Amino acid sequence: MGETLKLFGWKVSPYSHRVEVALRLKGVKYEFIHEDLANKSDMLIRYNPILKKIPVLLHDDTPIVESQVIVEYIDEVFDGHPILPKDPYERAEARFWARFIDEKVRPQVWMSCWTDGEIQKSFIAQAKESLATLQGRLEGKKFFGGDSIGLIDIMACSLALWYGVMEEVVGLNLLNDYPELCRWGEDYRNVEAVRECLPERELIVDFFAPRKDRIFAKKAPVYD
Amino acid sequence: MASEKGIKLLDFWVSPFGQRARIALAEKGVEYEHKEENLLAEKSELLLKSNPVHKKIPVLIHDGKPVCESLIIVQYIDEVWPDKAPLLPSDPYQRAQARFWADFVDKKVFECGGRLWKLKGEEQEAAKKEMIEILQILEAQLGDKKYFGGDTFGFVDVAFVPLTSWFYSCETCANFSVEAVAPKIVLWVQRCMERESVAKTLSDPKKVYEYVRFLKKRFRIE
Repeated sequence: MGETLKLFGWKVSPYSHRVEVALRLKGVKYEFIHEDLANKSDMLIRYNPILKKIPVLLHDDTPIVESQVIVEYIDEVFDGHPILPKDPYERAEARFWARFIDEKVRPQVWMSCWTDGEIQKSFIAQAKESLATLQGRLEGKKFFGGDSIGLIDIMACSLALWYGVMEEVVGLNLLNDYPELCRWGEDYRNVEAVRECLPERELIVDFFAPRKDRIFAKKAPVYD
Repeated sequence: MASEKGIKLLDFWVSPFGQRARIALAEKGVEYEHKEENLLAEKSELLLKSNPVHKKIPVLIHDGKPVCESLIIVQYIDEVWPDKAPLLPSDPYQRAQARFWADFVDKKVFECGGRLWKLKGEEQEAAKKEMIEILQILEAQLGDKKYFGGDTFGFVDVAFVPLTSWFYSCETCANFSVEAVAPKIVLWVQRCMERESVAKTLSDPKKVYEYVRFLKKRFRIE
């Protein structure tokens, strides 16, 4: 395999960001191809026919899809900053928390923002429990990965920026009850590889604010 | 807990997730203590201690250290015992493919299958349409290969095959035929069943159906 890397992504997406962070941690050069999610390119659909989603990493014309799969692939192919630990037990533990973030934290925080009434109260209760559990995993360390960021930190990136913005747009205030997670978020944002590919806060506000009612109705992102 | 040597698997007889771990352990020829949890009664202290976050099976306890989540357990087993019956390919791109398809199976098949036997009317019809699409995608991915991994039984096969014991329940409850929409998948199941690890692990589809009927009565879904 040669070294031509292209990333089909979208700057507003935290999933796209996950892949960029991984590539930058390894110090590898890539071309970022911006996808308009309201008008997906033929190339994106060609390279991800099953899910038709970003991010897609193209490594010498070979596509890899799904952000965690891509991040693990980058870790295995490129030397440099280790993203997953070497020890099998620690790898399993990192994957466990990555899954916890994607399967519990993410939908619970999302639905807390985009529902109301009793349903919202239920989601908020679930989100609070999950955030507390995740905060517990930090155990006073700088990052989930210890002294430097690893898989869990990358997968948790939404907590460092996106969720805060979303909460502000809808008028919710969940994250501030978790000072350790907020502290982690600031430390995460200050990592050089992260700073280089973190979108401006306004970009995310400009996505959510004008689409607030439609996203609320659909309970899912709306791109047009 | 930390000083206890050996391997224990906390499981529930009909769980396809537990069966993934059992198949992986059998393929590797690893000896372990199988501990059946009664999920219909109170969860054991060991389970609650080993998986405090989710309180779910399967949990693999290796020398006192717990590993949770079935696909994570299978990858762990593959990494700890890499020399026999490797489940993930050695090439990083092939590994990424295997992880993608195992994740696809994980997210789509069981959840949609559950809707097939839990729901009725229009919702069930929608789930049926979705399941047929999912099966056709998997059928196309399998193609004419012996296994999803190619010539060797691998990660995606381990992820998917235990879920196939639930096909009979889905077919009966929702009135459709897996064989009619995905004949290659059905043949693939038969090939997998020729492996001792699979044959000795998978639940009898009729027993799964009895369990599904029990659950429907218990939760008053009829």
